[in-house]
Amino acid sequence: MEHRIDHMKYLPDMEVIKSDILDEVITEMEAYDYDKYTASDVSRALNKDSVTPEDFKALLSPVALPFLEEMARKAQAETRKHFGNSIYMFTPLYIANYCENYCIYCGFNCHNKINRAKLTSEEIDREMQEIAKTGLQEILILTGESRKMSDVKYIGEACKTARKYFKLVGVEVYPMNSDEYAYLHECGADFVTVFQETYNSDKYETLHLEGHKRIFPYRFCAQERAILGGMRGVGFAALLGLDDFRKDAFATGMHAYLLQRKYPHAEIAFSCPRLRPIINNDKINPKDVHEPQLLQIICAYRLFMPFSNITISTRECERFRNNVIKIAATKISAGVSTGIGDHSGEKKGDEQFEISDPRNVDEVYKAIEDAGLQPVMSDYVYV
Amino acid sequence: MDDKLIIQGHEFTSRFILGSGKYSLDLIKAAVENAGAQIITLALRRAATGNVANILDYIPEGVTLLPNTSGARNAGEAVRIARLAREVGCGDFIKIECIRDSKYLLPDNTETIKATEILAKEGFVVMPYMYPDLNAARDLKNAGAATIMPLGAPIGSNKGLCTKEFIQILIDEIDLPIIIDAGIGRPSQACEAMEMGAAAVMANTAIATAGDVPAMACAFKRAIEAGRAAYLSGLGRVIEKGASASSPLTGFLEMDS
Repeated sequence: MEHRIDHMKYLPDMEVIKSDILDEVITEMEAYDYDKYTASDVSRALNKDSVTPEDFKALLSPVALPFLEEMARKAQAETRKHFGNSIYMFTPLYIANYCENYCIYCGFNCHNKINRAKLTSEEIDREMQEIAKTGLQEILILTGESRKMSDVKYIGEACKTARKYFKLVGVEVYPMNSDEYAYLHECGADFVTVFQETYNSDKYETLHLEGHKRIFPYRFCAQERAILGGMRGVGFAALLGLDDFRKDAFATGMHAYLLQRKYPHAEIAFSCPRLRPIINNDKINPKDVHEPQLLQIICAYRLFMPFSNITISTRECERFRNNVIKIAATKISAGVSTGIGDHSGEKKGDEQFEISDPRNVDEVYKAIEDAGLQPVMSDYVYV
Repeated sequence: MDDKLIIQGHEFTSRFILGSGKYSLDLIKAAVENAGAQIITLALRRAATGNVANILDYIPEGVTLLPNTSGARNAGEAVRIARLAREVGCGDFIKIECIRDSKYLLPDNTETIKATEILAKEGFVVMPYMYPDLNAARDLKNAGAATIMPLGAPIGSNKGLCTKEFIQILIDEIDLPIIIDAGIGRPSQACEAMEMGAAAVMANTAIATAGDVPAMACAFKRAIEAGRAAYLSGLGRVIEKGASASSPLTGFLEMDS
């Protein structure tokens, strides 16, 4: 890897927008010293109506962990205030797994010898029909990150097909320019999710060795370009555990917070993926994201931005998911396969990651009801 | 007692409007019945066309649907959603919500006025959700609104009548039913709004998230009725702090001088 390109420099064709958000987030994150917070800072944050960035820092600090029960109770009250009993259901659909990026931790990376595939428009139609039969009305379209194999037009066509069968269409694809987001919006998509993975650009550089994804600021500004392109809402995430998860969770929250302040109409969502700690490790690594730390982060997001959607993915197990929807998560996937072509029973390409909760739509629906909550298939209208 | 809530010629005996968006669906019927509600709001975006968890299937017959335009960020979007609601058979009532703030969900009065004007001309019974501002309320009335629906506090906040003084101004000055919408968290707050002369109260979160939904619906119903009765009876004079001075300042006056 002698000739890695400068990860902070935009490539030609990458749109540059005028924005201070990146600098602000990075400055704040670098200054965040989570060891300086005390129990009284956490108590103060928990007794406030409106949680400030400073309170958010306290809630993410190690000293807040003993307050987890209290945080969960407050998070639950906030969730109910803003969402009532509603829990939204959706499923992701992987339409292609070609990828031009070399991210050393990812199953899709371009050097991994996996079965690559992309669905034809007929196959996409068939997969969506199968999914629609389950009663779901929200779909998230995913591709690997290959502009060559899955160009914007291809994704746009998938969005148009999705609009035939679903009320709400989101995309989780490679970052693009605002005019391309505008095109996808015209095709029926209204929500864009981009995982920054880690907000530590030095670490980021060591993990994303090739491909467009290597360009840290272009990825960072994707949500803002999506809003400029007319999307209704945007999703944020760090892959917790790649780097210092407290700083990454803080940066994720600040990223969303500053974007919403700049674009008050933007709807905000968080995802909370994590790298699982290696079990039976001799020494306990303070950077590991175990379940309590994950819940701490989820509750901190809820308290900091109580109106945001929080999605809980199938990377987590049934037990964790069933419980976290009672506290802070508002959106849950069901009937998930990360392989290509799986829904209609003709798998063409391999999975990105293994899921930990294989339940189908009916099973998740029932689990939500059993929790005394209301499964909601759609709370959205395309206008 | 012949005390009816009249909204553009439509008569209702209940002054409790129930929201529907935050419930477990199988509790909606019990809530409506225990609330004695005759109007229920419904986000068009929740009125799914699919057959799974379709909220429309859970709303009891005979209740007037008040679809809202939630999801609209401006007048144009609100108008489109309202027309869509009418097309799918939700009737002519429309509660306008124009919101371009995802944090507090505060309504945009300017856009709301524009949407009201367009929809009133199209024959809708327009009930705009608004921030209690007297000038905006006058404009809404002139634009053809059937009622004015000022917020007590941000949606879902359960903070009660934070905007009390300004709502009182609307009640005193605007010759339309003033319906308190959003923020009402307790029966006592609903009662207070009715004592002030509000025509009706809308509530959603406070009931939907109660421990016992039907019982809370009933508690709100009684509170609203009590507040209304108090308003109609004429509240007694309130004596400000401290009693009257014992030696009056005007005691020196001589009647025949």
